[in-house]
Amino acid sequence: MTEIALALTEQASTTRRARRQRLQDAAFRNATLAFALLVLLILGGVTVSLIDGALPALRAFGFGFVATEVWNPVSENFGALAPIYGTLVTSIIAMAVGIPVSFGIALFITEMCPAWLKRPLGVAIELLAGIPSIIYGIWGLFVFAPFMQSTVQPFLISTLGQIPGLGNLFMGPPYGIGILTAGLILGIMVLPFITSITRDVFETVPPMVRESAYGLGATTWEVVWNVVLPYTRTGVMGGVMLGLGRALGETMAVTFVIGNAHRISSSIMAPGTTISASIANEFTEAVGDVYTSSLVALGLILFLITFAVLSLAKLMLLRLQRKAGV
Amino acid sequence: MTMTNSATLAAPVGGLYHRRRITNKVALGLALGAAGFGLFWLVAILWTLLYNGLSSINIALFTENTPPPGGEGGLLNAIFGSVIMTTVATLVGTPIGVMAGTYLAEFGRNTKLAEVVRFINDVLLSAPSIMVGLFVYEVMVVRMGHFSAWAGAMALAVIVIPVVVRTTEDMLKLVPNSLREAAAALGAPQWKVITMVAFRAARNGMITGVLLAIARISGETAPLLFTALNNQFWSADMNAPMANLPVVIFQYAMSPYEDWRQLAWGGALLITVTILLLNIGARLLAGLGTTRK
Repeated sequence: MTEIALALTEQASTTRRARRQRLQDAAFRNATLAFALLVLLILGGVTVSLIDGALPALRAFGFGFVATEVWNPVSENFGALAPIYGTLVTSIIAMAVGIPVSFGIALFITEMCPAWLKRPLGVAIELLAGIPSIIYGIWGLFVFAPFMQSTVQPFLISTLGQIPGLGNLFMGPPYGIGILTAGLILGIMVLPFITSITRDVFETVPPMVRESAYGLGATTWEVVWNVVLPYTRTGVMGGVMLGLGRALGETMAVTFVIGNAHRISSSIMAPGTTISASIANEFTEAVGDVYTSSLVALGLILFLITFAVLSLAKLMLLRLQRKAGV
Repeated sequence: MTMTNSATLAAPVGGLYHRRRITNKVALGLALGAAGFGLFWLVAILWTLLYNGLSSINIALFTENTPPPGGEGGLLNAIFGSVIMTTVATLVGTPIGVMAGTYLAEFGRNTKLAEVVRFINDVLLSAPSIMVGLFVYEVMVVRMGHFSAWAGAMALAVIVIPVVVRTTEDMLKLVPNSLREAAAALGAPQWKVITMVAFRAARNGMITGVLLAIARISGETAPLLFTALNNQFWSADMNAPMANLPVVIFQYAMSPYEDWRQLAWGGALLITVTILLLNIGARLLAGLGTTRK
């Protein structure tokens, strides 16, 4: 009799324990799920708060906001064309410098560099990616801009500036600060990002593929250009887009050296502004709802551009991953 | 010897082989040049930082508050503010990131939802940090009616989260499934398997992620510009604007005063050294994890 009762209570306690464990498991699982959803919520929050903040400006200026150059805090008339132009031009300059140099460094690391140098060089590049942008900014302001003013810009004016047509890009006095200087600093800044991804995707090429090409008598350059690069094309593009995303949204390195002038000049040596630099420079000083809201609207535009670019980058890298997985 | 051999072998093909070799040499020369060019600028930046920063590193930098123009002083209040806000941001962001990363690695491996979260997280990871500043400004500063250190810390926490999510997920995925199965076979419920077995196996990697996140936020300026703002004086009140290194560096470097600029260089060197040390520490720790396995 007692034995049966004992067995029954034991059974009851194990089922109770099992039920408790199931509950705990479900609670833990749902807790992690809630935090995962929080990540989505952050992006949603950013989107909603930017749209909400930008509404007054968009209501006041309509779609003309993105097409007008005027930026007048006194008459409360704002247009985003100059910052958008500055953002695009500095990023184009940055990419023009960053892509070939990063590609060269990645090529050097994967194909030419002696084995003992490979790791230290890779680590150095990753460490450099960690240096905050404000350091690039302060260096740009005190070292690079004076160098541009005294050496590079006078040289550009006296050579390229004399060519009809093209010369318009290199006109005007050498201020040191301006679009060109900001673009070049961005170019240096994105180097570590693009290089480390390019190097990583170069190394996903199966040794067999690479070695067969060498076995057929291809030179190192031919292997890289005709075998490695086509194989990793989407990955390299993904890395480039990631670098572009950085360049478009970079704030501090640009704010120091752009000159914060809301106008579009034909010369790339003239001061200008970018979206992020305008926000950083003016946000705390902005008086009036329309002014603040116009700056938030600039932020919204930047958000849309970078979101598109980063999504594209991510999709390209994912595609390469899947291909490597198969 | 081999050179002449291949040259004579190639002779019948005429200039083609020669041209290919020249192209190769030129291309590789350019690659070498690119590597030198890139490294030159990066080294130049570090060198000027050391050169200008070292002279302003002294006792006063760590013991005195930020001075008015022309006065003597240091960066004590800014260093304090940065440490406080970074600490709060890490304490808030790490648990959130770890939990979300756990969901991605343990529960949602092949679900559609996890794929979306992973994608959004990666976008957040490289989204411009000034956007985070605007977001926290709209959500906290406008509501509270004033700038505050809490807002600054929250902005930094938003930046910590994606970094920790990413490393937590990556590290948990490296934990062999046989470990989980062994624990489950002993009758451990899943939450115990994860927290007591998987977390423990991935511990070094997860700490690495947190260190990298701290390194990332210690230099962030843009999200603090209109959340924590700045403060000329000593303040430990989280509800008030608080001084912090990056914004002080920004303000002082842009100023026309020579002694302020000097302090800015000192602060810049301080931040860079801290970040490099954190990065190297994280790397060493990650290395430890892999050798033990």
